[in-house]
Amino acid sequence: MPDKMKIAVAQVAPKLGDLKSNLELHLDAIAKAQTRGADLVVFPELSLAGYLLKDMVPEASLRTNSAELGKILKASEKIAVIFGMVEEDPAYVYYNSACFADQGKIVHMHRKVFLPTYGMFDEGRFFGAGNNLAAFKTRFGKVGMLICEEAWHSFCPYLLMLDGAVLVANIANGTARGLEEKSRMGSSAIWEKMNRFYSDLHAYYWIFVNRVGFEDGVGFWGGSEIIDPFGQPELKLPYFEEDFKMAEISLGKVRRARLRTPLLRDEKLDFAINELLRIRGDHSAPPVARPKPKARTKTRRRVKK
Amino acid sequence: MKADLNIDPSFVTGVLVDFLKREAGKFGFSKGIIGLSGGLDSTVSAYLAAKAYGPKNVLGVLMPYKTSSPTSITDAEEVVKKTGICSLKVDITPMVDAYLDSVPEADKLRRGNVMARCRMIVLFDQSHKEKALVIGTSNKSELMLGYGTWFGDMASSINPLGDLYKTQERQLAAHLGLPEKILNKVPSADLWAGQTVEGELGFSYELADQILYLLVDERWRPQEIIEADFPAETVATVEKIVAASQFKRALPTIAKLSRRTVGIDFQLSRDWSR
Repeated sequence: MPDKMKIAVAQVAPKLGDLKSNLELHLDAIAKAQTRGADLVVFPELSLAGYLLKDMVPEASLRTNSAELGKILKASEKIAVIFGMVEEDPAYVYYNSACFADQGKIVHMHRKVFLPTYGMFDEGRFFGAGNNLAAFKTRFGKVGMLICEEAWHSFCPYLLMLDGAVLVANIANGTARGLEEKSRMGSSAIWEKMNRFYSDLHAYYWIFVNRVGFEDGVGFWGGSEIIDPFGQPELKLPYFEEDFKMAEISLGKVRRARLRTPLLRDEKLDFAINELLRIRGDHSAPPVARPKPKARTKTRRRVKK
Repeated sequence: MKADLNIDPSFVTGVLVDFLKREAGKFGFSKGIIGLSGGLDSTVSAYLAAKAYGPKNVLGVLMPYKTSSPTSITDAEEVVKKTGICSLKVDITPMVDAYLDSVPEADKLRRGNVMARCRMIVLFDQSHKEKALVIGTSNKSELMLGYGTWFGDMASSINPLGDLYKTQERQLAAHLGLPEKILNKVPSADLWAGQTVEGELGFSYELADQILYLLVDERWRPQEIIEADFPAETVATVEKIVAASQFKRALPTIAKLSRRTVGIDFQLSRDWSR
């Protein structure tokens, strides 16, 4: 595994539902990244499709064996690419997916598990939800991909650490809202907090790539960034503007961060699993591995003494 | 208790200029058209549009009626001069009176609504001629309180001000460098002599904005707002007005018959394929 790795961030404004023009946008940025010697180029969530698709979801979707995807795979022969798309599966379920392509092949496809459906969001109405989250092997080491909202469920970044990721890419369509932070959006403030906190806590690299542009009055705030395993920013892109930036990261920092604070070593998987099962047993019908009530009463009595 | 409605006007200006450029550009427009009244709202819209499209690509249309306050015209003319935007004056008296003469019993509210709707006719006609988008001037306070004429001054193609309360818009206006007398003007629809918004509503924008922000944005219960030392009567009135004006913030209601109905389950963004 190499220590140094050059990552390009393509902060783009995809056109809503316009696959053809978005494909061009991708091929141009991939070519640019490759020319400049990048090892990986990362695009935002749904970068091939646009965000507020609603009933257009099927028209903006692609199969993994489609000609359009073939063009991106071809472009990925000498550079790894992370991008977002609407994936149509053979049973006609449509997913908000993140694809990791490298050496001309799909290395991993992640289907968004948490589809925000509240307030201004309506993803659960138009997409099927994924059911898996896994870190996967790449020539750079193990990588994890999260799609936007998934970062708000802290279990997801935690799970990717447990699964061995040294680098996590969160691709987002972060919408601009809240004026209370004055010189940045309220929504930017919490993302920037999460990006630093998760990378620091889990001691991995965190690449946050957010889109820009407006769709039906909704602005996407950009501000993409790469945060090192100590929670320190190594690359920052501007708010609201298209931009393309590169940074060379050092994966050796993951080792140093984990030696300084060996939290992963001290994780207790069985403890976590048992507690999760207990909680599930308390709240839903199938009582899986539910602790016996007697034992619990005893424990409580012992504590009282 | 006071809710924090302070904004960073320079940051907000950047976002709104970006919005105006991108949302118009998508539909192939690079020009804007605005009904100029000499009041705060249309002036702020004009300043923002001038920044977004360049002053020569913005047309301010002055549309006085014979009872309009003379300062409305002189103030609007000053805005044209200060921003360098293009302007057009259309006296709406003949078109308004052509109808109003036939309904002499119409009260001032009806008469005012006819004027606002005639202005809408002029703006959208000029919009077609000039290939310029009609830029809205309704702020969030007006939209929430339904203080505007439906299909009149509430009509526009894109609106940069619709998510800013008047209190916030005033900060933006000061930052943009609007003339003092417009900044300090008492808000009025100028549909009849001496009309003022706050006189009609019975409370100040400053108070209404505080209550609206807590109620709408922060989702406080009315009782919680009252307990935070806001006058119970105003809280109740604001709540009532917001509910009663919901129709003004919605598309016409369509009777559903088919499997895919406009406004119900024919769900597409306006930016569809743009």
